Amino acid sequence: MALKSVETLSEATVLFAGDSGDGMQLTGTQFTLATAYAMNDLATLPDFPAEIRAPVGTTYGVSGFQLHFGSIEIRTPGDEVDLLIAMNPAALKVNLDRVRMGGTILVNSNTFEPKNFKLANIKSNPLEDGSLDKYRVIQVELTRLTRETLKDFDLNQKEVDRSKNMFALGLSLWLYSRPVEPAKKWITAKFGKNPVIRDANLELLKKGYHFGETTEQFVTRYEVAPAKQKPGRYRAIMGVQALAMGIVAAASKSGIQILYGSYPITPASDILHTLSRYKNHGIVTIQAEDEIAAIGTAIGASFGGSLGITGTSGPGIALKGEAMGLAHMIELPLVIVNVQRGGPSTGLPTKTEQSDLLQALYGRNGDAPIPVIAASTPGDCFIVAYEACRIAVKYMTPVILLSDGYLANGSEPWLIPNPDELTPFNVSYAQKTNKELDGEQVFWPYLRDQTTLARPWAKPGTPGLEHRVGGLEKQEGSGNVNYEADNHELMIKIRAEKIQRIQADIPPIQVYGDPDADLLIVGWGSTRGAIEAAVSRSNKSGKKVAAIHLRFLNPLPSDLGEVLSKFSQHLVPELNNGQLVKVLRDQFLLPMVAMNKIQGRPFGPSEIAEKIAEMVG
Amino acid sequence: MSDKKPESNDTNGRKPTLPPGMVAKPGPTLPPGAKSTSSGPKLPPKSSKFPPGMKPAAPSTEELVGGDGSSAATRADFTSDQDVRWCPGCGDYAILATIQRLMPELGVPRENVVFISGIGCSSRFPYYMNTYGMHSIHGRAPTIVTGLKSARPDLDVWMITGDGDSLSIGGNHIIHIMRRNVNVQIIMFNNQIYGLTKGQYSPTSEVGKVTKSSPFGSLDHPFNPIALVLGAEASFAARTMDRDPKHMKDMFTRAHDYRGTGFVEVYQNCNIFNDGAFFQFTEKETKTDRTIYFEHDKPLVYAGGTKGLRLDGFNLESIDLENGNLGINDCLVYDETSRELAGIMARVYWKPELPQPFGVFYREDRPSYDDLLHDQIHAVVDRLGKGSLKKLLEEGETWEIA
Ligand code: SF4
Repeated sequence: MALKSVETLSEATVLFAGDSGDGMQLTGTQFTLATAYAMNDLATLPDFPAEIRAPVGTTYGVSGFQLHFGSIEIRTPGDEVDLLIAMNPAALKVNLDRVRMGGTILVNSNTFEPKNFKLANIKSNPLEDGSLDKYRVIQVELTRLTRETLKDFDLNQKEVDRSKNMFALGLSLWLYSRPVEPAKKWITAKFGKNPVIRDANLELLKKGYHFGETTEQFVTRYEVAPAKQKPGRYRAIMGVQALAMGIVAAASKSGIQILYGSYPITPASDILHTLSRYKNHGIVTIQAEDEIAAIGTAIGASFGGSLGITGTSGPGIALKGEAMGLAHMIELPLVIVNVQRGGPSTGLPTKTEQSDLLQALYGRNGDAPIPVIAASTPGDCFIVAYEACRIAVKYMTPVILLSDGYLANGSEPWLIPNPDELTPFNVSYAQKTNKELDGEQVFWPYLRDQTTLARPWAKPGTPGLEHRVGGLEKQEGSGNVNYEADNHELMIKIRAEKIQRIQADIPPIQVYGDPDADLLIVGWGSTRGAIEAAVSRSNKSGKKVAAIHLRFLNPLPSDLGEVLSKFSQHLVPELNNGQLVKVLRDQFLLPMVAMNKIQGRPFGPSEIAEKIAEMVG
Repeated sequence: MSDKKPESNDTNGRKPTLPPGMVAKPGPTLPPGAKSTSSGPKLPPKSSKFPPGMKPAAPSTEELVGGDGSSAATRADFTSDQDVRWCPGCGDYAILATIQRLMPELGVPRENVVFISGIGCSSRFPYYMNTYGMHSIHGRAPTIVTGLKSARPDLDVWMITGDGDSLSIGGNHIIHIMRRNVNVQIIMFNNQIYGLTKGQYSPTSEVGKVTKSSPFGSLDHPFNPIALVLGAEASFAARTMDRDPKHMKDMFTRAHDYRGTGFVEVYQNCNIFNDGAFFQFTEKETKTDRTIYFEHDKPLVYAGGTKGLRLDGFNLESIDLENGNLGINDCLVYDETSRELAGIMARVYWKPELPQPFGVFYREDRPSYDDLLHDQIHAVVDRLGKGSLKKLLEEGETWEIA
C-alpha cells in the first residue's frame, strides 16, 4: 500500500456530475452530510435537467451537484471546481469550463467509448486527445469495479450498474477525509427492507473508500479542518425546508391555522410536499386544480380567519395576478411565495434567476402595491417566511415572498433557531362592533387601526359582525361599495400608505465591509453570499467597497436614501436584466451601475470582485 | 364549409314561445304533480358534525353587541342595508327573496352563514344578504369556497354564480368543486346571456343566438349545465326556476340538507338582454305541457296528470295517459340515486317533444371533501401527536458546535 501524504486545505469545491439516473443528487447530498459532520462550513448548488429522464449519455441529461466547503466562512457554492467527478463523457463536456486550471477530474473511464462520445456529440476521446492536459485526470473503472464488487450479490446488471455512485461516494469521502458513518446510517435506514440492495450499497461504499487508500493514482489525501462557527446545534438545511418550517413556526407561535394552497410547479412543489406532511402542525394543504384555484383557496381560508398561503414559480405568479389584486382590495392577510426560476414563459424551469422582482412589485391591474420580501440564503428562508406571515396578519395585506431555485435547492449548515427567540406574533380578531350609527352599534370592516392602518379582521361565526367584502371599490370606514371619485382616490392612497407603514417593522440597514468605502454594492435575494464574499475578498486586498442587502423590496427601508447618499458609486448585481436597479434609480435618482448575469446560475464571488476592481481601481 | 346561414333563435325547440316583454304574473303557479311539500328523502342533517352555533369563533356571545342570530330570526334579519341594484323585473329578485325567506327556516345562526360569489349580475347577491359574504373575482368563487370550507368546515356556505361565471371563465373550478364534493350549496343563476357586460352570448346560449358579439348568430354549441356537473362527478344536482318560489325553496332546502356540494341550476329571466328565454317553461300558458316536476320514488307524470314519461331503450318518451291504453303504472318511477337515470333525465334538454325536467336529478351519498380533509388531519394528529415546532426544527441529522 502506497503511503499517502496529507494536505490540509482551507476550502474545496467538488462537483458530482452524471446522467439523471446516476444518482448524483443523492451522492452530493450524502457528501454534504458527511461534510457537515466534519463541521465544515458549506454551500451547495444542485443543478438538474428539466427533463425527468432525459436520454442516457446526452449532454442535456446531465445532472450535477456542486458543493463548496471549508474551514473558513463559506458563502457560495464555489467559483471554480477543484474536483469534478464525471460519470460519463457528457458530464465532462458540460462541466469542464467550471473546473479550475490544474484542478482534478475523476472520470468513470469505462464510459469513455465511441457510443457515448456520439451521444454527447464529442469528436475524439478527451482522455487521449490532449484536451485535458491542463488538468489532473484520474481514470477509475467505476463500472468494472462496481460489477466486480457485486459479482456475488443477487442483483441484475441494471441494479448493479445503478449502484456505482456509492463507489464514487466512498472514494470521494476518502479523498477529503470525511466520515463514512452518516452515509452508512442512511443506507441502512433507506434500504432496511431490502437487505440485498442495502448490503450491496454498503459494500460499494466501503470498497470505494478502500480503493482510495490502495490505488497508486492518489498520492495525496486532503483534510479540511472544522470551521469556526457560532456555537450551538446545527443541521444541514435546504431553502425549501427552511421556508416550510418558517410557515410552521408562524402557525405555532401565533396559534393560527394555516392553509397552503398550491399547484405543482418546479421548483416550488417541494414546499407543498413538505407542508403536506405537517398536518399535525396546524397546516392544511390543498393541491388545487390550477394556479388561480390555489390562491383562491388561500384567500377563502383567510376570509375564514385562517392564514392562507400559496406558493408557485414565475408563470404561476402571472396567473395569480387578479386574485392578488382581490386580496389587496379586501385587505386580508395572505402570503404568496414565488420560488423564482429562469423566465420568461416556461423559460428555464430548473435554473435560478431573480427576474420576477418587477412582476412582484407591479404585476397587477390598478395601483395595487403589495409588500415584497426576499430571502437571501437557504437558512434565511425560515425567518423570511415567518416574517411574511407576521407582516401579512399585522397589516392585513397580501405579502409576496421571493425565493429562487438556488435558495430552494441549495443547502447550508444552519444554527437551529430557538422558537422562543422569534419575534412575537399575535393574531387578534374583531369581537365587537366598532361604530355607532344613528344610535345603533354597527361593525365597519374598514375602520382602521390608526398606527398600522390595518382594518379589523372579523371572522365568520362572530355574531353581530356580519359584513361583506369584495373587489369593488370600498367606502373608507363602512366598507360599502362606493364609486365616488374622491373616495376612490382616498382609498388608493390609504392602501398605499398602509404598505409604506410596514417600514416601521424593518430594522436599520447594516452595512457590510468598509464603512468608509466609495463604492456601495446593493443586493437582494440569493446573491448575498457572492456579494459579501466578494466584498470581504476585495477589502482584504485594500479595495474600498461595502455592501448592503435588502430583505424588503417593498416598502424599501426608510433609511435607504440616507445610506445610499454616503457612497459616491453604487453597483447593483442581479440575476436578471436589471430590475432592482430600475426601482432604485427611479426612487433615488442616482446613476447606479447595473451588473447582470442571466445564465440560470448564481454569481460567483470572483465575478463580482472583478467588477469591484474595475470600479474602484 | 357550409354556406348555410346560421339559423336564428329557434333551434332545438328553444325559441321563446311567448313574446319578449310579456308581463309575468307575480304569484307562483303550482305546477301539476308538484304537490309534495316535502324536501325529498330523509338525509342526515347537514351540520351533524358541526351543529350550527356549536363552535362560535367568538369566546362568548354575551359580550358581543348586535348579534341576533337567534331562532326568532326573520327575513329582515337576513336583509342587508344595501340597495338592491338589479334591473327592475329581473328574475334575481325572486331568488333573493326566496333565500332571504328560507334562511330563518333553516335555523342556522346568521353569523355562521357565508355567501360567496364570483362576478356578474347574480354575483352581487352577497351584498344584499346580512350575513358574512364575499363578492370575489370572475369564475373563482368555487376556489374561495373550497378554501373557506377547508379552513372552516363549521360554516354554512352558499356559493352564488351565473352561467358565464361558472361555466365559462370558471369552468375549470366548477368541475373540480363537484368532484371534490365540498359541503356547500351552489346556486347557479342561468339566464343564458351575459347581463353585466351588456348582452353577449353565454356558454348556455343556444346556437344561432344573435347578440352584440354574435350579430350573425352564435356558433357555439351550448353547455347543458346538469349534464356538465354530472359528468364532473357531481353528487347532488337539481334544477328549478325563478318563477316558482315554492319549488325554488324546496330545491334550496334539499341542497342545504345535503352534506356535500348541492348544485342547483335556476332558470332566471334576464328581462333586459334575454327576456323570455324560459317563458315556455315558466309561464302558465305553456308551462304545464313544457315542464315536468319530478320527484324521487314517484312516477314521471306531467301536464296535469294527462301525460307521462316512460323509458324506450335509453331514451324517455312521452305517453298519453288519457287515451285508455296506458296508465300511471307505465310511467317510469324516478330514482334520484341512479346515475344512469340522472344521465337520461339530464339529456331531456330543450327537446320540443319532451317536457323540460325540474327537480333533483341526482343525489349520491359520498363523503364531503371538508369532512375527509379534517378526518385525515385528525387521524394524523392521533397517530403522530400534536406537532412540536422545536422537535421539527431538530428533526434529522444534527450536530453540536461548542
Ligand atoms: S342585466 Fe339582466 S340579469 Fe342583469 S340585473 Fe338586469 S335583468 Fe337581471
